[in-house]
Amino acid sequence: MNLRTPRTGGLALLAAVILFLPLALVNNYWYEVAILVGINAIVCVGLNLLIGYAGQISLGHAGFFGLGAYGSAVLTARYGWPPAAALAATTAGVALLALLVGRPILKLKGHYLAMATLGLGVIISIVVVTEDRLTGGPDGMSVPAFTLFGLALAGERLWYWIVGGVLLAAVWIALNLIESPAGRALRALHGSEVGAQVSGIDATRAKLGIFVISAVFASLAGSMTAHYAGFITPGKVGFFHSIELVTMVVFGGMASTFGAVIGAATLTLLPQLLTVLKEYEMVVFGAVLIATMVFLPRGFLPSLVFILKKKQK
Amino acid sequence: MIAPQLCVTALSKAFGGVMAVDQVSFDLEPGKVNSIIGPNGAGKTTLLNLLTGVYAPSAGNVVFDGADVTGLAPHQLAARGMGRTFQNLQVFFNMSALENVMVGRHLRERAGWLAAMLRSPRLAAGERESREEAAGLMQFVGLGEYLGAEADAMPYGALKRLEIARALGGRPKLLLLDEPAAGLNQTETQAINALIVRLAQSGVTVVLVEHNMRLVMGVSDHIVVLDYGRKLCEGSAEQVRNDPRVIEAYLGSAEPEAC
Repeated sequence: MNLRTPRTGGLALLAAVILFLPLALVNNYWYEVAILVGINAIVCVGLNLLIGYAGQISLGHAGFFGLGAYGSAVLTARYGWPPAAALAATTAGVALLALLVGRPILKLKGHYLAMATLGLGVIISIVVVTEDRLTGGPDGMSVPAFTLFGLALAGERLWYWIVGGVLLAAVWIALNLIESPAGRALRALHGSEVGAQVSGIDATRAKLGIFVISAVFASLAGSMTAHYAGFITPGKVGFFHSIELVTMVVFGGMASTFGAVIGAATLTLLPQLLTVLKEYEMVVFGAVLIATMVFLPRGFLPSLVFILKKKQK
Repeated sequence: MIAPQLCVTALSKAFGGVMAVDQVSFDLEPGKVNSIIGPNGAGKTTLLNLLTGVYAPSAGNVVFDGADVTGLAPHQLAARGMGRTFQNLQVFFNMSALENVMVGRHLRERAGWLAAMLRSPRLAAGERESREEAAGLMQFVGLGEYLGAEADAMPYGALKRLEIARALGGRPKLLLLDEPAAGLNQTETQAINALIVRLAQSGVTVVLVEHNMRLVMGVSDHIVVLDYGRKLCEGSAEQVRNDPRVIEAYLGSAEPEAC
């Protein structure tokens, strides 16, 4: 009925890509790259709900990713928790933290919200680095494999299917949310906050809800990374990773779930492909970003759709 | 005498040292068309923002349906049955026209996060119902031809009516329209006029802020005149039209003013 929502078509296409991609993954290295793409895509799909749809910026989501990773790592490695219990407790803990911190900072708008979330990310990063008895500090720490019913989940091939399945679920959830009363409330807030409020939308509650949900997406991706890689370092918790995540969302196209996936895939793959350029790698990477934003200002996917629609007419 | 639906008592709003609304009091009866008029800068839009919770009043109080609602937030007032439109459009341009109207139904929809994320069958059924009702409202305000349109592709006059449809989505008891005819041509203004009459007939109390005097005098049961933030007078169209204070406020006094 509604042609604008590429729900089933897009999901089927994504499922097909995940299903047939292993044919092109010639060795374990490329499996690792694919898993990294999937993990970043999960975070970006959640972050896009906050930034792209609800119009609220966060420069601290690597913090939530890091809390997920270190929460799972510390509870399993230091306290001997079963990984599933550690995962559940960590996710609930991150959701609670996002709820408590979100309440005061989501009253801020624009640059001020950016600053506050940036501060949050920096604090989490400092805690991870300085609490070295628990986290191993800057050296990082090793993480036991995820065990389910006594079976250890290990190996790139198995984790490829796990991450692929979770990504598919994340995209499905995001698409569902956007086309629901709660999702419309978020988009309405982005369109006109006062217009949304007089329509009966509690702006504070709606922003807080999506902030928590996007933090949970990041936390789950972090927990998965910790168990899959078996080792984590504070690098993924820091400010630069937060910026990387926002860049992926903006590159792929704001307010486009599949755009977020494409953004994550492109910006994860590009540095791998550009390594052949050696010292010019970062220069070309930056140039690609600038060129995209100049020539495809709505982000990759929405601009593409816009151009195709125009051609049709 | 019918109990008033809205009692405004000594309502004031100061911006710094300027009293934008100064000790304004009036009562509105249910199911009537009430207009607020006055020269530019008289405080009409500020008054509307106070009534709908967009601004918090500096003093005074508002009683709606027998309950004191002074200082409540806009979404709380919407839940009690207030709907409004804006002089400078507050349309959600990032959404389709139909979705704009569906947002207006927000308070009557199941808005749970979990049901939304997992798309429960009840939610899916609610979505179909929401879409149909929103389409019906668009037809009611005369936007049948824009059912499939994106909000950012619609002309100005249609957007004015889209905001009315959105407000009606909340089934308001009190509907406040801020200059619904501004920028519209004569045909469109007549359509708005007919719409206001139909709304009042269906039992909605209408508050109209408007500069188009022909529209105001034609549809209003009751008119409140503001000038420099104060209530100048109130009454029927006939009473207001013949009040010398109103004529002076709009046209200036016969005496030359020192300026």
